[in-house]
Amino acid sequence: MSHHPKGKLRTDLNPSRLLTFKIDDRDVSAREDESILEVARQNGIAIPTLCHLDGLSERGACRLCIVEVRGVAKLLPSCVTFPRQDMEVITNSERVVNYRKKILELLFTERNHVCSVCVSNGHCELQNLSVELGVTHVRYNYLYPEHAVDASHSRFSVDHNRCVLCLRCVRVCDEIEGAHTWDIMGRGITSKVITDLNQPWGTAETCTGCGKCVQVCPTGALSEKGKSVAEMIKRRQFLPYLQMMRGRQEESWQK
Amino acid sequence: MAKIGLATTWLDGCSGCHMSFLDLDEGLIALADKVEIVYGPLVDYKTFPEHADVTLVEGAVSSEADKKNILNIRARSGVLVSFGDCAVTANVPGMRNRYPVEAVLQRGYVENAEPPLAGSGEAAFQVVPQLCPHARPVHEFVHVDVFLPGCPPPPEAIFYLLQELLAGRIPDMRGRTRFGA
Repeated sequence: MSHHPKGKLRTDLNPSRLLTFKIDDRDVSAREDESILEVARQNGIAIPTLCHLDGLSERGACRLCIVEVRGVAKLLPSCVTFPRQDMEVITNSERVVNYRKKILELLFTERNHVCSVCVSNGHCELQNLSVELGVTHVRYNYLYPEHAVDASHSRFSVDHNRCVLCLRCVRVCDEIEGAHTWDIMGRGITSKVITDLNQPWGTAETCTGCGKCVQVCPTGALSEKGKSVAEMIKRRQFLPYLQMMRGRQEESWQK
Repeated sequence: MAKIGLATTWLDGCSGCHMSFLDLDEGLIALADKVEIVYGPLVDYKTFPEHADVTLVEGAVSSEADKKNILNIRARSGVLVSFGDCAVTANVPGMRNRYPVEAVLQRGYVENAEPPLAGSGEAAFQVVPQLCPHARPVHEFVHVDVFLPGCPPPPEAIFYLLQELLAGRIPDMRGRTRFGA
């Protein structure tokens, strides 16, 4: 998968340039249109992510993939930052790890993630990240906001208490299924994913019922009906394959 | 070696963490040589002792009585352990937090009573502990030394925690348990 930085669209006649830079003091080479995250993973350097999913466009929503770049004061999200020649990237400094933990803790406070009674308990990316980053408790006060469950769809339900606003559902529905049933409303902490014109999912006319949104959702926010605690296991192996096939179709249309 | 004094207690919890503690099975026998249980629902002491070396606190802080108790327990405890998800995150007791206390009591003691309670339920509300507006994690009220998440924490994690404390170390619980475990 490649994402061309703005203004750098290149073709076969004008191919992407190769460059070298450093990640954690290791020399790596990359195409200029590969994100720092992609290059790190190609080189076996682990960077935690939540909103990123192979096969979908990047969003930069969760900020868990932040890295330090020498000479830049801000921490940069590696999924939407592209390397430059001789750049020095640090993925695991104490500063970076501390901020990742804070981000994760804030995600837990913003909604009501009650793992023990969640359909995704044991199969949840948020839960796994808390283990990976060593978050054993949350240092901020929980907000306990009021959020609804919409079970109006015949096969699926959405529990906004578990949503982390990664917007994978929005992206997969738009980019892969082509329906764009999902979208987002509001700003900041009051943001919420919606179906069609903020109406019950079951009444959303654009929804094809394909369930891709459910499978890509990292938490228990989207689930299949009939699944009880810890029973919702997501299957998302289809995604890179579907993306490849859609790409092939597009190419054939252009001929 | 003198035995250490271990206290266990529960606030707003279901006792499941204590059940997991009992699931240590023969681990309990190994601990019996090194640990004296000085307070808790598993023994018959009526008041919290002047000092406990280690205290496991299960449950969220949910009522005025919990608030009073946790301050007392903190003052009299050496190492205070947040024992299980309710203590660490408020977990299931926290699910009432978005509703007013009156609505919670009405649902619990009047609407769901079997047989249905006659009248407004005012009489029942007088005898149950006075609920705070929210059930909240223990560490929002007092300093907590070790966090042991899990619903309940697995017996292996509890055993590891106690072994480490007995060896004089503050245990690193990462990778041994998690929220909802």
